[in-house]
Amino acid sequence: MDSIELQHHGHAVHGHGHDDHHEDHEEGTFLTKYIFSQDHKVIAKQFLISGIFWALIGGTLSSLFRLQLGFPDMDMSFLKPILGGWIEDGKLNPEFYLAMVTMHGTIMVFFVLTAGLSGTFSNFLIPLQIGARDMASGFLNMLSYWFFFASSVIMLWSMFIETGPASGGWVIYPPLSAVQTASPGSGLGMTMWLSAMALFIVSSLLGSINYVSTVINMRTKGMTFTRLPLTIWAFFFTAIIGILSFPVLLSAALLLIFDRSMGTSFYLSEIYINGEALPNMGGSPILFQHLFWFLGHPEVYIVLLPALGITSEIIAVNSRKPIFGYKAMIGSIMAITLLSFIVWAHHMFVTGMNPFLGSIFMFLTLIIAIPSAVKAFNYITTLWRGNIVFTPGMLFSIGLVSFFISGGLTGVALGNSAIDIQLHDTYFVVAHFHLVMGSASFFGMVAGVYHWFPKMFGRMMNEKLGYVHFWISFVGIYCVFFPMHYTGIAGFPRRYYSFTSYEAFKTFGDLNAFISTAAIITFGAQLIFVYNFFYSIFRGRRAPMNPWRANTLEWTTPINPGHGNWVGEIPHVYRWPYDYSKPGADEDFIMQTVPYAQTPSSNLEGEEDLVEDSTTEKAHA
Amino acid sequence: MFYLIIAALVLLFVVIGLLVRAQVLIDIFTKSNEKRGGLSNQINGFLFPVFFVVGLAGFIWVTLSSRKYYLPDSASIHGVRTDELFWITMGIITIVFIATHVLLFFFPYIYQFKEDRKALFYPVNHRLEFIWTVIPAIVLSLLVFSGWKVWSDITTEAPSNAVVVEIVGKQFNWMVRYPGSDLSLGKHNFRKIDDLNTVGIDFSDKDAFDDFMAGEVHIPVNKPILFKIRARDVLHSVFAPHFRLKMDAVPGMPTKFWFTPTITTADMKAKTGNADFTYEIACTEICGRGHFGMRIPLIVHEQAEYDTWFKAQQSFLAKNPDYLKMVPDNLKKLAEESIQDNKKSTTVASLERVSQSVAKSN
Repeated sequence: MDSIELQHHGHAVHGHGHDDHHEDHEEGTFLTKYIFSQDHKVIAKQFLISGIFWALIGGTLSSLFRLQLGFPDMDMSFLKPILGGWIEDGKLNPEFYLAMVTMHGTIMVFFVLTAGLSGTFSNFLIPLQIGARDMASGFLNMLSYWFFFASSVIMLWSMFIETGPASGGWVIYPPLSAVQTASPGSGLGMTMWLSAMALFIVSSLLGSINYVSTVINMRTKGMTFTRLPLTIWAFFFTAIIGILSFPVLLSAALLLIFDRSMGTSFYLSEIYINGEALPNMGGSPILFQHLFWFLGHPEVYIVLLPALGITSEIIAVNSRKPIFGYKAMIGSIMAITLLSFIVWAHHMFVTGMNPFLGSIFMFLTLIIAIPSAVKAFNYITTLWRGNIVFTPGMLFSIGLVSFFISGGLTGVALGNSAIDIQLHDTYFVVAHFHLVMGSASFFGMVAGVYHWFPKMFGRMMNEKLGYVHFWISFVGIYCVFFPMHYTGIAGFPRRYYSFTSYEAFKTFGDLNAFISTAAIITFGAQLIFVYNFFYSIFRGRRAPMNPWRANTLEWTTPINPGHGNWVGEIPHVYRWPYDYSKPGADEDFIMQTVPYAQTPSSNLEGEEDLVEDSTTEKAHA
Repeated sequence: MFYLIIAALVLLFVVIGLLVRAQVLIDIFTKSNEKRGGLSNQINGFLFPVFFVVGLAGFIWVTLSSRKYYLPDSASIHGVRTDELFWITMGIITIVFIATHVLLFFFPYIYQFKEDRKALFYPVNHRLEFIWTVIPAIVLSLLVFSGWKVWSDITTEAPSNAVVVEIVGKQFNWMVRYPGSDLSLGKHNFRKIDDLNTVGIDFSDKDAFDDFMAGEVHIPVNKPILFKIRARDVLHSVFAPHFRLKMDAVPGMPTKFWFTPTITTADMKAKTGNADFTYEIACTEICGRGHFGMRIPLIVHEQAEYDTWFKAQQSFLAKNPDYLKMVPDNLKKLAEESIQDNKKSTTVASLERVSQSVAKSN
């Protein structure tokens, strides 16, 4: 009901240019307001809080397996109360070690950085920043969350079953994941992993379709594409990537389900395991890898682009400067989107894939570094001669740029297939992607929370705690991942329970202990954020209407916007979102809703023509 | 211990909570929250260059101190080239890394908020954009082309005189098969696998008669070596770090990697000053519980030493004559001859070995 009514209003705005209906919906019951809500803002908060929950689980897992890696001789009996039988004689069970690595990856990539990031900010910001009352379909949006919730329940449940959760790595390569007897985690745990991911993909698609149609159809009057904030551009293309790539993962998972339980041989051939030769013939494990990475690589950009979009906005606002090269930024998002689909096989240089294909993918992979470089340079230029306010959001955004650069640069080494022979599946790769996609996206998400918290909850988060949170996290993350490059160069392979049996990998014991200590401290520092977040929801200082003095539309809504976002007419948009510190203007920002007619002293050449438009519009109105 | 940790965490939270509360009250009294360019802003701005300086010092220190743990120089011809490419690439990206971070960390300090200053309205500069699109493009193309050349050389067909070694992965160890005196590997079939015939040698192929299995990988120095790689259950990956060699082992799809080792195990012992030094092969594709333990030693010999070792190996059939029943009737005679030949050669080789060691000890 709500969504239909809202759409009607949306059209009214476009059709007549004015709309004086008030959007004061009656208060629903608790169930419709907070649980099965169709309000994009509530759904965003649901995604956010679920994401925080998952991040804590994923972080705890990493702390546990870092204990094993950093202190292999440690007596872990004290963990018995939570891990029970997975601790055998004071040692972590190696299978459970792999299961934790697998779940850490799955949770962080999908449940935190995909659902928690896109789910939160695309939902929250798209209607608010384009001037819409809600998503194109509030109902699908609600379904999207609840599919995600169901998926979460199954994934969480799988961690408590007797044989343990999936343990074949987050990439779940068959035959390990397909042959149920290959490892305990390939049994029920894997079945639950696949079911959870199938539901997750449905959720992601419902969300993405909504984001794309909302951005295309429901922008307020005057909000042309070239006046969209970069956040929206990023969310828009992220959703497009998701729509095009997630179905491929679904098909990969479906074929795997068939192989597991219906005797097909898509990925299986010539296997002898546990004393018997399997009947499967003619399949190829490489096929799965192609399908998996056809999503898997774009997935990197699904988690990274929204973070970059959020950062673009926050850096511009807090540098009090327009983002440098707005159109170049959009161009590079488009280029990254396109290229993200044709680089996947760089994950497969040494899988036995035809080497010629390897050459092609090396070329394509290194091309994608160019738009990424442009983005990094543009961020730095935006800071140049700014007037920088260090809000916690701003600090995390600068941190993101740093991680994006340092993690991205090592990609230049890894993308080179000749160099990748040695580095593939070593800690060098772990360091690379944890910086460029893990930490960078995570910082984008946290920056977004600090920046839009006032809009979400009508209160401010504690800034000082934010500063402490930032500096511990920033220093901590470098202490964790920077040293991993060195162990990677020394050849340490990923997903190893212990390195002691090898002559070549016996070294670096101290460094591994250092990494583990840093990781646990860094994870501990996230509790500061959790505390700040939940405390501020209830007891934070009350937020002013536009706390960061930003230009975008969300700051024109009431401090606690109801369902429908604006009371009365949706504001019109007259200018782009980056008129910060414009020469001749009284303030250091001019909101998007201010017509050029009102700012004669600061109008640039070419903008004079637009004065005409805005005055005639007013007259008609 | 576990409950102690929980209690400590709770206590920590309570303390932080109280501190925060006090700090908020102070902020309200001093009205420091209402200012944009207050003390906090200055501290944060200052911490970025501090972080840069300390971080750079740490970077240099860890780089210097961990050099001793790196793998020794590559022991294969192609490895020298990929190492060179790697270090050139690392050099370039380190320069970019430091240059961009100088800007990224000093701009926040220099351009921190001041009430009396206005930021520069500077939305676009096409020339700058052009420059930093084209320069990375040129640098990347150079890197790609040099990488591509090396990659194509590495992945060409192995020379026909290459020494062939078959490496087969299973949960959780590697199995090694040599072609025997005919230098030609016999066929394999996964349905022939059993407890003894672990790689599924197919004895209907006469090339298989003299094939032998080895517990370690032995190869001659300065000769092209072709690893024929297979897996019999799940994915594995052959990783010989000292030779800069890695290739997945895929069930149902044989893969290969050829290379030329340049340093014998004995020379490497002398070079590294480590009397226990041994080359190793590890598994780098997650394969289950024992993934981290799939180690097999690899020994690089001088040619003569290798030849002696090679001749002394008993063929699978000679060791397990029961498998003669798997040989088709028309080839039985050939198989028995092969066993006899192998027995002769191993006896001669062991005599040679004895005389060699006697000569050495004298």
